[in-house]
Amino acid sequence: MSKQQGNLVITGIIKIAGYSSIVFVTLILIFLLREGLPALGSVPISQLFSTIWYPIQGYFGILPLILGTLLVTLVAILIALPFGVCTAVYLSEIAPKWVKAVLKPVIEILAGIPSVVLGFIGILVFVPFIRTFFNLPTGLTGLTGAILLALIAIPTVVSIAEDALNTVPDSYRQAALALGVTRWQTIWGVTLPAAKTGVLTAVMLGVGRALGETMAVMMVTGNAPVMPTRLNSILMPLRTMTATIASEMGEVATGSTHYQVLFFIGIVLFLLSLAINVAASWVSMRQRQRSERILS
Amino acid sequence: MNKFRIEDLSVRYLDNNESLRKINMEIEENAITVLFGPANGGKSTFLRTLNRLNDLADVKEMSGKVIFHEDNILEKTTDVIELRRRIGMVFSRPVPLPLSIYENVAYGLIMEGEHDKKKLDNAVENALRKAVLWDELYDRLQDSAYAISGGQQQRLCLARVLALEPEVIMLDEPTSALDPVATAKIEELLNQLKATYTIILAPHNIQQAARMADYAAFFLMGELIEFSSGKEMFLNPRDRRTQEYVSGRYG
Amino acid sequence: MDKSSRTSTLIAESAGYTLVHLITLATIIPILGLVGYIIAKGSPAISWQFLTAAPTDGMRAGGIFPAIVGTVYLTIGTAIFSVPLGVAAGIYISEYAADNAATRLIRLAIINLSGIPSVVYGLFGLGLFVIFLNFGTSILSASLTLSIMTLPVIISTSEEAMHSVPNSFRVVSTSLGASRWQTIRKIVLPQALPGIVTGVILGLERAVGETAPILFTGAAFYLPQLPSSPLDATMALPYHIFVISTQVPGMPVEIQYGTVLVLLVFVLGMNLIATLIRTRARAKRVW
Ligand SMILES: Nc1ncnc2c1ncn2[C@@H]1O[C@H](COP(=O)(O)OP(=O)(O)OP(=O)(O)O)[C@@H](O)[C@H]1O
Ligand SMILES: [Mg+2]
Repeated sequence: MSKQQGNLVITGIIKIAGYSSIVFVTLILIFLLREGLPALGSVPISQLFSTIWYPIQGYFGILPLILGTLLVTLVAILIALPFGVCTAVYLSEIAPKWVKAVLKPVIEILAGIPSVVLGFIGILVFVPFIRTFFNLPTGLTGLTGAILLALIAIPTVVSIAEDALNTVPDSYRQAALALGVTRWQTIWGVTLPAAKTGVLTAVMLGVGRALGETMAVMMVTGNAPVMPTRLNSILMPLRTMTATIASEMGEVATGSTHYQVLFFIGIVLFLLSLAINVAASWVSMRQRQRSERILS
Repeated sequence: MNKFRIEDLSVRYLDNNESLRKINMEIEENAITVLFGPANGGKSTFLRTLNRLNDLADVKEMSGKVIFHEDNILEKTTDVIELRRRIGMVFSRPVPLPLSIYENVAYGLIMEGEHDKKKLDNAVENALRKAVLWDELYDRLQDSAYAISGGQQQRLCLARVLALEPEVIMLDEPTSALDPVATAKIEELLNQLKATYTIILAPHNIQQAARMADYAAFFLMGELIEFSSGKEMFLNPRDRRTQEYVSGRYG
Repeated sequence: MDKSSRTSTLIAESAGYTLVHLITLATIIPILGLVGYIIAKGSPAISWQFLTAAPTDGMRAGGIFPAIVGTVYLTIGTAIFSVPLGVAAGIYISEYAADNAATRLIRLAIINLSGIPSVVYGLFGLGLFVIFLNFGTSILSASLTLSIMTLPVIISTSEEAMHSVPNSFRVVSTSLGASRWQTIRKIVLPQALPGIVTGVILGLERAVGETAPILFTGAAFYLPQLPSSPLDATMALPYHIFVISTQVPGMPVEIQYGTVLVLLVFVLGMNLIATLIRTRARAKRVW
């Protein structure tokens, strides 16, 4: 094989690899649809979006699962947001260099802790705590799951929000300071607003992380597929879409209605995460260009 | 004898401005041709067109001809890699590759497929000697190319080009980042090298242009305003715009 | 502004600073506490026997050797598929792709891949590898599933690492008669290597700790012997933790913490290595 041909082969391989992610997204969608769409034939739509999930009796209402996911995610992000953004502000605007150098790896540690480990700690530490603190019959509640999800979302929020704050040009800060505005006012009045799309992206991706999280929530939310209709539902057991798939897929017969519906839930999750990520990337669409022009 | 014949060369980048407009000129062998003029005149664009380095830039449109050894090198069929070996280029900032001094000088040859250690050693020594670097660096060849001074780095970049034994050496503001002593060394070197090479130089100031030019081309906003011998250009410019620029009343 | 209102602003601001400090501490301390707590509670369980023996007595005694081996197998399997593919894709996007609609589509696909919930990867792996391609619940199916999940991390970090190599190197290399591929191989890849390796480790770190994608693709509840081929199912640390903390009544807490500690050492060890590589490379960099 000549050198030229070798080059062509390598370039070809690289190009194919470059397009592989499109192939995989398409494959994932195809297989989810292939296994999950038949659910629409097996279960009438009205039943699918009803309020009772009790597969053994043929009730396949996924509404409680969707609402369970949304509620836990919402509470999680309400917890993660202040902690995450405050920590990002501290790291980017206030902390001395060495403190930053120490704290950033700590946040990365949190990002690295497997969710099953958080779930385990959740069972042994948070569950008893929530039960006694709120005086509940069980500590396996939506709130317990939300706390774990917040821990999972915080590193995402911190790192993306911090990146956003770092990209605010120093001239903004200096201009504000030169006008006699204090550093504190500069942070909240100038820097953070200038970074707001970045912070918004951080929150959206944090939501995405929380929404798709499986093991930790499954281990601590009690997995009761009830409609979270009241305000205090968060203090009761509930069940998310991810947990439903994880806990039931192992026991269903391939191709059964139950199997199809679990895949259908997968489709819903896929579309939700697609929407969030596309929206987040649309919000943060910054054109990336090579930092320098060709040498001149 | 001329080395290049350029006919109606026009270049347009993605920004849609005509960065070069209908350039016609010939570049003499074994002489220094100087390209000068105010910023954004198209000098760098012109140089990068001659070795097709502009293939890496956001060029939208290119027309006209650049005749080199009877071929129009702007054709798609040109072997650009071979072309770039024959037309070396030195840039305004010394950019050593993140390799050793030796590997920097041998880089082009290794890319060409030369693996014979003896031949490489010889070529590296020759090139460093021509660039008057051998005596300074012969015992540090395995050091990082970033461990030497800026002036040495720029001569290393020249040596790197010389190692390929090119026909043409193009230099785009080669001394803009150097102090006067290092600048003088490079200029002296170019005056020696022009006996064997065709040299095209875009100096970063008009004094250097006047000092070095055997031939001179005045570029203004993408147009070639005037092209003549160096003497004529700087003592006796014909065009009013050239006169103004040369006498310092311009840009 | 008169003097008293300035003083009250100052007081309010220092209260604000204190609050930010406190909230940051409230974020950081639990993380360190968590890790410290697991180390404290888990280390008594760690012994040679614990690391090298199979579980006995319905997993309530003995060691976790099969789970450790399984996790190692899955990590290697994931790396085999995802590293070459991910790095090649990173090269394509950083060095070849033009700025056009197709490239934007690729970027969108990568973003999308990185956002898909891990359990959905599990479903996909079940549908494609286990059932359609008939690989069964196996190390192969699980590794392939984890690979696709890891791919976006590896692609993005490789691309990032190559993107940060100064463009002037490419221009110079090209001007010396190097082809695009030669420039990549001799200059771009070596310079980007530490960044790529860091990204690969971080991607694999995530795969090591994942449970949901292997639940229905390759993880086994309990296996008395080690897997003997890629088509066997395997025990794995994260799934084992899930099992012993939710499915086995009367599980000794010590074994639970010990198992968690082992997984944590795996994951944080990889994290540490990645950080070290990155810091060292930054210090050594000439540009
Ligand atoms: N890589 C590029 N992409 C887009 N436009 C470019 C590029 N390089 C140069 N240009 C444009 O082409 C025109 C000519 O630029 P060029 O760099 O060739 O001029 P120059 O005479 O070398 O100027 P200088 O003295 O500043 O080096 C300018 O308007 C410039 O903005
Ligand atoms: Mg220029």
